[in-house]
Amino acid sequence: MANQNAKTTNENGELLNETAPMEKHSAPLTAGNMFARLAGIGCLLLGVVGAFLYLGGWFSPQKLTPARFVDEFERVSGIHSGFRHNHAKGVSVRGFFDSNGQGTRLSKAVVFQNGRVPVIGRFSLGGGDPHVPDALSTVRGLGLQFSLPDGEQWRTAMINLPVFPFKDPQAFYDNLVASQLDPNTHQPDPAKGTAFLASHPETARALTIIKSHAPSSGFDNTAYYSLNAFRFVNADGASTYVRWTLTPVQPYETGTGASQNKDFLFDGLIASIQQHPLQWHLVMTVAQPGDPTDNATIPWPEGREQVDVGTLTLDSVESEETSPARDINFDPLVLPAGMAPSNDPLLSARSAVYSQSFTRRAGETKEPSEITPSEVRK
Amino acid sequence: MNARTTNRQQFTGSMRLLHWLMAALVLAMLGIGIAMVASLGDYHRLVSIHRPLGILILILVVIRFVNRCLSSLPPFPATMSPQERFAAHASEVLLYTLLLVEPLVGWGMLSAARYPIVLFGSLHLFPILPHSVTLYAVLRRTHTFLAYLLFLAFVAHFGAVLFHTLFVRDGMLSRMAPWRARAR
Ligand code: HEM
Ligand code: HEM
Ligand code: HEM
Repeated sequence: MANQNAKTTNENGELLNETAPMEKHSAPLTAGNMFARLAGIGCLLLGVVGAFLYLGGWFSPQKLTPARFVDEFERVSGIHSGFRHNHAKGVSVRGFFDSNGQGTRLSKAVVFQNGRVPVIGRFSLGGGDPHVPDALSTVRGLGLQFSLPDGEQWRTAMINLPVFPFKDPQAFYDNLVASQLDPNTHQPDPAKGTAFLASHPETARALTIIKSHAPSSGFDNTAYYSLNAFRFVNADGASTYVRWTLTPVQPYETGTGASQNKDFLFDGLIASIQQHPLQWHLVMTVAQPGDPTDNATIPWPEGREQVDVGTLTLDSVESEETSPARDINFDPLVLPAGMAPSNDPLLSARSAVYSQSFTRRAGETKEPSEITPSEVRK
Repeated sequence: MNARTTNRQQFTGSMRLLHWLMAALVLAMLGIGIAMVASLGDYHRLVSIHRPLGILILILVVIRFVNRCLSSLPPFPATMSPQERFAAHASEVLLYTLLLVEPLVGWGMLSAARYPIVLFGSLHLFPILPHSVTLYAVLRRTHTFLAYLLFLAFVAHFGAVLFHTLFVRDGMLSRMAPWRARAR
């Protein structure tokens, strides 16, 4: 920088405020002063950059972030190009929801007004392996997207367990780490599993409840649970906390567990839906004050008010390869006005991790699904 | 941006108002954006603010651009060399472009993924792009890239203003200062 004020030397060298804003005739800066000002500018800029990186978690490599969560899914299950990082094996379905109007008492969401809305969904098996052999004990999932007439959407992802085994995302993650296969034995280390249960009594309690419910024989005759609590707001502005359940109209049958083919659960679903439409009642369980809304490992007490708000009908099935459902993120926090998250820490974490999982798989080439279009047609 | 200039040494009141309002919004958006994608617990709350705030920036930048075209701009300070003037002009073009394109990419990527683009309550935007997750993946990366570029452009902008104000001492900050600068 040329110093055009060189002739008006001043021993002081201070910023002369009288001549602000232009300071045209202010004294030139001494070398020390110049350095100090440049250093000050440098520090301010570094501070700004540092604050930005701090917010982005660059200085906390231990922090559990959505990206580190999905990295762990990839370590446990491997990378399967184009597939979900959890509930990777699945098939798509379509149908509709007939609301009976009862839900409007709880929530002003348009989906609960009397009438029918189209639904697209996806049945899945828990775990990150898209070709895992079906087993009765594997968690079964159902993701649904309701398209409301005003353009809003409601998405939900439910499973067939009556309670969730993990109370917060850290517990879910720690269990994922504990379930990682040992490279030598190709089995998870049982000691790690035991240690996890010992330090997570709520998981042990939840597993006891889960084991007391024998899984049904198929996707079609099982109930699916929201597990997480949600806050409903009705037209009067009154809030209630609810959890919901899809209870099957198809009668419960215990699974035989006898030697079955690799895709017996999915084949059973395809056969059954091609015979007749499958139906579930959507039932809201209403919390009483004091019921835990922030811990999905704990069931609400028996006898809570149940409100049947309508019937879900699923009448067609399609391979993921041809269905738009593959490209939907069944983020449980895509909610219409009148439904909001509770303080359950799983909810925001699910939204964040599903988004990360979705972003990664969206950019990957799609490999054939286990349940191919020809398997659905046969 | 064809700058019509006068002898006034300060940007007009409306330009200064829009500058500081948007500076606050843009810095908040960069912070919210980078924090939310690294957070499990605050993700939902932050992303619910991020969408409407981003759309607000989109609206404001259009107003700001029109306002700039209609305003008379103060001439560059005499202390700026032609090269500096070119750099300053180029950086302004870059900032305006990013402020326009970044929210459009945000809106576009959610459209391509067919997420509902909820602003508040039941108010949501229509999709502006066809459904394609491949397109989503590209735009999602673009959104990150442009956000970092915007951040770097801001750091350069802030650095240049600090350099002029504290080192060259040509009173550059007072040209955009929210208060009225004394006449010279
Ligand atoms: C912190 C806890 C949880 C984590 C980290 C997690 C993680 C994931 C991930 C990464 C996906 C794949 C998302 C995608 O790529 O689209 C997924 C899918 C799924 N999750 Fe979770 N999950 C959690 C809790 C739950 C809970 C509580 C439920 C049930 C109530 C659930 C049910 C499902 C279902 C049904 C799917 C498949 C949805 C589909 O077909 O797209 N998850 N989960
Ligand atoms: C000037 C405006 C905007 C700025 C400066 C901005 C900035 C950012 C930043 C810094 C990130 C994090 C990127 C990363 O680290 O990967 C981000 C992510 C995101 N932004 Fe924006 N954004 C803007 C406008 C918008 C708009 C208008 C929308 C939608 C309507 C939007 C939606 C999103 C979404 C959905 C994510 C990513 C969430 C995820 O991956 O889970 N942004 N944005
Ligand atoms: C603390 C932060 C900031 C300071 C101190 C600051 C200061 C200034 C100053 C002094 C000017 C006038 C430059 C001249 O004399 O020609 C200016 C102009 C400008 N600034 Fe900033 N600024 C800041 C943040 C931002 C941010 C975040 C943006 C946008 C992302 C921005 C965009 C602009 C633009 C586009 C101009 C050109 C004038 C206009 O069209 O409004 N500034 N800024």
